[in-house]
Amino acid sequence: MNKNLLGASIAGVAVAMLGLAFASKPLYDTFCKVTGFGGTTQDATERPDDILDRQITVRLDANVADVPFEFRPVDRMTTLNVGATELIQFELTNTSDVPVRAMASYNVTPHKAGPYFTKLECFCYDEQVYQPGETITLPVIFFINPLIDEEPQLDDVRTITLSYTFYRADDGNESLASLGDLVSEH
Amino acid sequence: MPMDAITPADELHHEDDHKIGFIQRWFFSTNHKDIGTLYLIAAIIFGLVGTFLSGLIRMELAAPEIGPLTHFVLWGVEGATQAEKIEAAKHFYNTVITYHGLIMIFFMVMPALIGGFGNWFVPIMIGAPDMAFPRMNNISFWLLPAAFLLAVVSMLVPGGPSGNGFGGGWVLYPPLSSTTGHPGPSMDLLILSLHIAGISSILGAINFIVTILNMRAPGMTIHKMPLFVWAMLITAFLLVLSLPVLAGALTMLLTDRNFGTTFFDPAGGGDPIMFQHLFWFFGHPEVYIMILPAFGIVSHIVSTFSKKPVFGYLGMAYAMASIGFIGFVVWAHHMYTVGMNVDLKAYFVAATMIIAVPTGIKIFSWIATMWGGSIEFKVPMLWAIGFIFLFTVGGVTGVVLANAGVDHALHDTYYVVAHFHYVLSLGAVFALFAGWFYWYEKMFGIKYNGFLAGIQFWLMFIGANVVFFPQHFLGLQGMPRRYIDYADGFVLWNQVSSFGYLFILASLFVFFAVVIESVVRRRKADANPWGEYATTLEWTLPSPPPFHQFNELPKVK
Repeated sequence: MNKNLLGASIAGVAVAMLGLAFASKPLYDTFCKVTGFGGTTQDATERPDDILDRQITVRLDANVADVPFEFRPVDRMTTLNVGATELIQFELTNTSDVPVRAMASYNVTPHKAGPYFTKLECFCYDEQVYQPGETITLPVIFFINPLIDEEPQLDDVRTITLSYTFYRADDGNESLASLGDLVSEH
Repeated sequence: MPMDAITPADELHHEDDHKIGFIQRWFFSTNHKDIGTLYLIAAIIFGLVGTFLSGLIRMELAAPEIGPLTHFVLWGVEGATQAEKIEAAKHFYNTVITYHGLIMIFFMVMPALIGGFGNWFVPIMIGAPDMAFPRMNNISFWLLPAAFLLAVVSMLVPGGPSGNGFGGGWVLYPPLSSTTGHPGPSMDLLILSLHIAGISSILGAINFIVTILNMRAPGMTIHKMPLFVWAMLITAFLLVLSLPVLAGALTMLLTDRNFGTTFFDPAGGGDPIMFQHLFWFFGHPEVYIMILPAFGIVSHIVSTFSKKPVFGYLGMAYAMASIGFIGFVVWAHHMYTVGMNVDLKAYFVAATMIIAVPTGIKIFSWIATMWGGSIEFKVPMLWAIGFIFLFTVGGVTGVVLANAGVDHALHDTYYVVAHFHYVLSLGAVFALFAGWFYWYEKMFGIKYNGFLAGIQFWLMFIGANVVFFPQHFLGLQGMPRRYIDYADGFVLWNQVSSFGYLFILASLFVFFAVVIESVVRRRKADANPWGEYATTLEWTLPSPPPFHQFNELPKVK
């Protein structure tokens, strides 16, 4: 092969690997969604058919990262039968005097319970603007997939902690603003 | 090959061979041998900086309680109390271990093995006149001092509230490396430094691949290439595939720090563990990048001084290829403690142990090469046998650490430190010295004093073992790495370890004595000092080789 062509194609491989590094973020997200890796919960549109006798306690954990919110679960924990559908609620207050656009990230612990923790409805799917002083109730409807009973590795799971963390959802201007700060600082 | 077409043009250029000015020759160099020499000189200088940093580590750890390093901090601060100095020394210690690791890997071992010996001998061994892209070769080299300068500056500017420089370890994990841990400019400079060093290596790797695939002499098929060339080809592929991933991870870190992205920040939906995955996807192939060229060098030396062709040539070549391949699918064995599930751990344990198979093929083939040979213990052979022995010790502890269950206990202890220093500080570095003394006469055209060089070997061999062997004990006793101080129970073996450093220091003095002696005496070197089993093409040329070699391409049978 011509040496310039060969050199360019190897450089192309290097660029592709660089692209792959960045693609790892969406790939990793997809991988987690599909496999429940890292305690990523599953989504469903239909309830399961059978309800088992096995009971599991679900504890609720609410955090805020960098937003002026008061965010807490209405009940701290609930116990349900595997396969049964449950409604839980969180309360959120925007304590600042400006509207805040925010979003929540979530997972469950132990991580291995992720593939079986299935949501029918959640407030966490979309960004939302929270008005100043507003207090709202945020519902989650979920069930624990009966398949959990067939996996020996999950026999020891009696408690699952469902955790949410609210963070500010950028509309893109902020990163430009921080770039501006950087330039003006130096 | 249209040889007739080449010869007249070469004759035209033959005139100006030795009329190049100093600046022209060394700063604008496009000659692979000169660039190789520049790489070796740079690696020696950078290596001395890295050695100085390791000296600080052993000095501080020679005795419990924080002492010696307090003299290196808060210079120019009036009225700093001892307590303040101790606090500053803690951060300083962390920066010292961080930069020791980064400098030794990116600025000593890689430039010397790949840039130095690779540039010098890959074109000659395949019978090529030069590298495929000589001017790109020049860029590859000169990016390196620039990167080193940035790394040094990064050590001297504010890192975070606890002091100057980045102190989060060479693995650069967030959140220590994000603005949470080190808000200062130090980390940004370090990212830039590694970006530039990475670009330098990738350009060099492209150059090697094209040279080896396109410019072999007539008759030299892939399956007739010398093993060092094989090693460099595989190393270059590993570089091209792994370094861009590090570049990507570092870029994400940079935008996380400066432009409000949250790739590694859970508060924005990111994941710090993802950095570890990306880093080790680069980091594990990186350790093979450092050791494969060493494998190549050692193969040549063992064969030359056993007076036998290397045992199992094809097996040796494909063992390296499979080490390179498997090296890409075992990265998470550096991360057993991040909370991955047991099935995933089982996979990484199994995959990691499989590497012992091709590595074993190499070790046994070297031994089989020596077996029944008429072995001559010349200096390069001493280093090569030292390499085989020490690399095997490091390999065995590697198999121990590959077990996730055992690793949970030993993770981030001195056992790990001992393990990777046995394969790198003793393995790769021994191969470096082996190559240096194997090719010294060839490269510089003068003979060295074998007796002095032998003394250097023994000092280094004793020193390196005294430094690192006791660290296995410390690790098994539970001493964690990356701490400036330790409990009283660890005193004895730390003292021994620091004592061993004196041998290494002495060995380095002897090393420079060997070089200076040879330069002063200027004994004219032979074209081939090693006899008929030094079979690669560099030994068919005079020592030093002419500025341009192979005006007529050699024919390989």
